[in-house]
Amino acid sequence: MGGCSSSSLYYWGHYDEQVYQMYNELDPSSVEGQVEQLENDVRKAQSKGMPAPPGVRAHLGFLYYKLGKYDSARDAFIAEKETFPESSVLMDRFIGKLEETP
Amino acid sequence: MKHGLRLVGLSVCITLLCGCAAPRDYTQYYEHFPQSILVIPPLNESTDIRATYSVLSTMTRPLAERGYYVFPVAVVDQFLQENGLPTPGEMHQIPLDKVDRIIGADAVLYVTINDYGTKYLVVDSSTQVSLTARLVDVKTGIQLWSGHAVYSESSSGGGNNIIAAMIAAALNQVIADTTDQAHSAAEEASAQLISRSGHPMLNGPYHPEFKADWK
Repeated sequence: MGGCSSSSLYYWGHYDEQVYQMYNELDPSSVEGQVEQLENDVRKAQSKGMPAPPGVRAHLGFLYYKLGKYDSARDAFIAEKETFPESSVLMDRFIGKLEETP
Repeated sequence: MKHGLRLVGLSVCITLLCGCAAPRDYTQYYEHFPQSILVIPPLNESTDIRATYSVLSTMTRPLAERGYYVFPVAVVDQFLQENGLPTPGEMHQIPLDKVDRIIGADAVLYVTINDYGTKYLVVDSSTQVSLTARLVDVKTGIQLWSGHAVYSESSSGGGNNIIAAMIAAALNQVIADTTDQAHSAAEEASAQLISRSGHPMLNGPYHPEFKADWK
């Protein structure tokens, strides 16, 4: 049941920790640093044969967006939607917004 | 006289309603079983302004591990802020038809932080996080589940020796400031609220034991 137990459904990496640090401005690392950390987490999850948790790809997309990397943002929102179809309505909204962005 | 009777009737109804919230009745939950959950940034009744986002960041893990799709909490918070809802109080008022149309969530989890923080009492410190939550079906507005969890932890300084105790308390305070005891307590309280209380949320669709807890 606990997130850290061996019966964990997901490989968590730094996702929830980053959300906390982001709001409390505890994280001295830049947005680029956060992106790198989450990209690594998603790769690590794959190599461990575990899924990355819901929301992490969308969160990555949001960080790419902050950096002005709109193509990467779109790819990340698509990846979230393909992994978790429950997110389709919101991800399509974000993808639509990106297409309006010049 | 008639009026008086009606009042009696009303108060009986209210009592029944309160009574219905507490027992472990999952009927509505089974009927409107959600696949995806939107966590609205919690309302904060504590005095610590960090409580909302500390608790918000601890909700995804227990909900996802319970088997639900959890919308990205920080992204949604940002999105709502940019769309005219700058505070958790305003976000809690968002009409459900909008949640359905704009976000597409099956259910919304409304969390209230009743208590959050560490109190120091000369040589002891006590950290407490208390949460109340309601899970509401987006399509019908029906409450599917509600829960409450309190996590508290106290640390006291060394036994009979008052000097040692005071030093220990001072050290605890330093440690508390750097490692953030309240946030760790929030992680515990959230896990307890979602899956470890006597009245937990049911296993969601991604859980290997989905429906095994249905009675």
